[in-house]
Amino acid sequence: MTGKSTLNADEWRVADPDRPSDLLAREQLLEMYYFTRLAREVEERLVILFRQSKVIGGLYRSLGQEGESVATAYALQRRDAVLPLIRNMGALMTMGVRPIEIFRQYMAKGTSNSRGRDLNIHIVHMPAPDTHEPVIVGPISMLGDSIPVAAGIAMGARMRNNPRVAMAWIGDGATSTGAFHEGMNFAAVQKIPLVVVAEDNKYAYSTPISQQMAIKRIDERAESYGIAHELVDGNDMLAVYDVAKRMVESARAGHGPQLIGIDTMRMQGHAQHDDARYVPKTLLDEWTAKDPLRRFRQVLIERSIAGDRELDYIDKMAKDYAAREADLAVDEPMPDPATVTRGVYAGDDYAVPRIELVKSPFARVSAGLKTRPTQEEVS
Amino acid sequence: MSGGSKDPPYTSAFIMAVITYLEAIRQALFDEMSADERVFVMGEDVGAYGGAFKVTEGLQDKFGEARVIDTPISEIAIVGSAIGASYMGMRPVCEIQFIDFIACCFDMLTNFAATSRYRNGAGVPIVVRGPCGGGVGGGPFHSLNPESFFLNTPGLKMVEPSTAYDAKGLLKAAIRDDDPVLYFEHKFLYRRIKDEVPDEDYIVPLGKAAVRCEGSDLTIITFGAMVHTALDAAKQLEADGVHAEVLDLRSLAPLDREAILASVAKTSRVLLLYEARRTGGIGGELAAIIAEEAFEYLDAPIMRIASEDAPVPYAPPLEAAFLPTVDKVVEGARKLVEY
Repeated sequence: MTGKSTLNADEWRVADPDRPSDLLAREQLLEMYYFTRLAREVEERLVILFRQSKVIGGLYRSLGQEGESVATAYALQRRDAVLPLIRNMGALMTMGVRPIEIFRQYMAKGTSNSRGRDLNIHIVHMPAPDTHEPVIVGPISMLGDSIPVAAGIAMGARMRNNPRVAMAWIGDGATSTGAFHEGMNFAAVQKIPLVVVAEDNKYAYSTPISQQMAIKRIDERAESYGIAHELVDGNDMLAVYDVAKRMVESARAGHGPQLIGIDTMRMQGHAQHDDARYVPKTLLDEWTAKDPLRRFRQVLIERSIAGDRELDYIDKMAKDYAAREADLAVDEPMPDPATVTRGVYAGDDYAVPRIELVKSPFARVSAGLKTRPTQEEVS
Repeated sequence: MSGGSKDPPYTSAFIMAVITYLEAIRQALFDEMSADERVFVMGEDVGAYGGAFKVTEGLQDKFGEARVIDTPISEIAIVGSAIGASYMGMRPVCEIQFIDFIACCFDMLTNFAATSRYRNGAGVPIVVRGPCGGGVGGGPFHSLNPESFFLNTPGLKMVEPSTAYDAKGLLKAAIRDDDPVLYFEHKFLYRRIKDEVPDEDYIVPLGKAAVRCEGSDLTIITFGAMVHTALDAAKQLEADGVHAEVLDLRSLAPLDREAILASVAKTSRVLLLYEARRTGGIGGELAAIIAEEAFEYLDAPIMRIASEDAPVPYAPPLEAAFLPTVDKVVEGARKLVEY
């Protein structure tokens, strides 16, 4: 990055190909900051709702992982497929999921994407094939299952001549599952455009990574499948974006699946009930100093992309938006008990795999400044 | 086109050919892949080799490697990627080389596929098919009848044909269905059973049983290879003047409750015949339905004849002792009518 705030065609050509973030326009950098802040603020509102007993069941924070979630998803095109986990609120915000959808889910509202049948970010969006919208498939609690399903989505889209890159996030714990292994291997053999974001956030519930795998770097999981892999400082948003962008484009170009190893830290317990006393305080202190949002803010200021006043304004915008959305969702009705057996089989379209998507306040400006035109913009 | 709860309407309008149960399955795959480009097949050794039982023989020659996909030995990836592909509008047909291996993708089927529509409205139109059943010396891991593993999972459908006609018609219906369907094909029947199958397009609708043999003294409710055991038993009983009705369930989920209750009301005696192990099997569910909804029609206790509560044994004398036989059915039926 050189701190330039506008770009033209000539400047694209001199940019370092290893650093696609050099091509991000000012508005795009601010948009990334906004999504990261919004993810954090949505979760802060959820904490309030949780303490008010309005969240049904558990609340899972992504504190410390918002940056990598945003930076990886930001490398995608609007039409790609995402399969996030509970700690990828940032990815959902980046793909344009309206925050009210998250609040409805956590409060088990009858208006939620799952009509109160399933929890937290277990949401699904299936756009019509000709729309410029993402495919979104939330996880099920058997973590690891998303990987073969993601492979199938990218394979199926390819078979339908409507190709999409699929990006699936997975924690260090879930890389120990059979589903992960089978999905990775199958995707490699079939050269499926799948990008896996493997997050080493140091703990799977209470189990440290040393008891999860005997290798030192999580991205080495990919080695035996013949899958390209790289490890990145997960709390450096532009570094994450650089790797993600290269891998997404490589997958899109037909070079098969890719794996990004994310070195990061889960800053709270597994869920709100878990005080995480098994995590050494020194480790938390070390990672608190590396908070991705604060680091990114620092970068934006140092490179004269924005000043404190503008960034404070974005912070407030995100916080107010999250609060408004939470307030709207609170009063919505719970599902009707009489619907309990509806929608188990086809023929009763009770739930619809659709969520409301929104554009960020920066979308209009940033869309005109994309580093390279998307397919739909060309056509 | 199909006869619903009756036998198929064989008419002169159809060009009929006598083909095997296995050939009928293959024809259904050819037909559906020809008619609908969204249909594709994936599984272990299904491509050039044509499958362990040659069900998919010739398929890859006709439709190419992109639509007849040889997979690694990865049942989770087979079913998981089929779910994903179905989300994108495809109609995957997964072959599980021996249905025993379906246990390896139990999670994908019961937790992911079966719940998807209920959770978020995202249907999973996949078919997972494979050879089930014993009687061929397959031993503990090549002989299972897994229907009861899945009977407690709403969201899944299950079928098991007993004739070539049904094998083709049920598979076509399963592929066109918008929900995940487990299609169990009994390997004992693959080349032993032949019957007339139309060339024209037809389906056997899911959820419809068929009366294979009319009777008034007792009803034998069964499916799959046991239909033929029941029919042989009915023939022997007929010589004694006992008229057994044989009801072929064809669909195990959803069950054709109407056909079950109608037959029970007619005969008042029920013998539940299934090849899976007795305890926790589908017979328990059938017995409960009949007891709850047709108790007043019953003149005798509901009887189950099933395999022994043991892993499936390998040696022929052990397997013969393990499986239900015509003799066991005849003996059971006599007890029922004498009750």
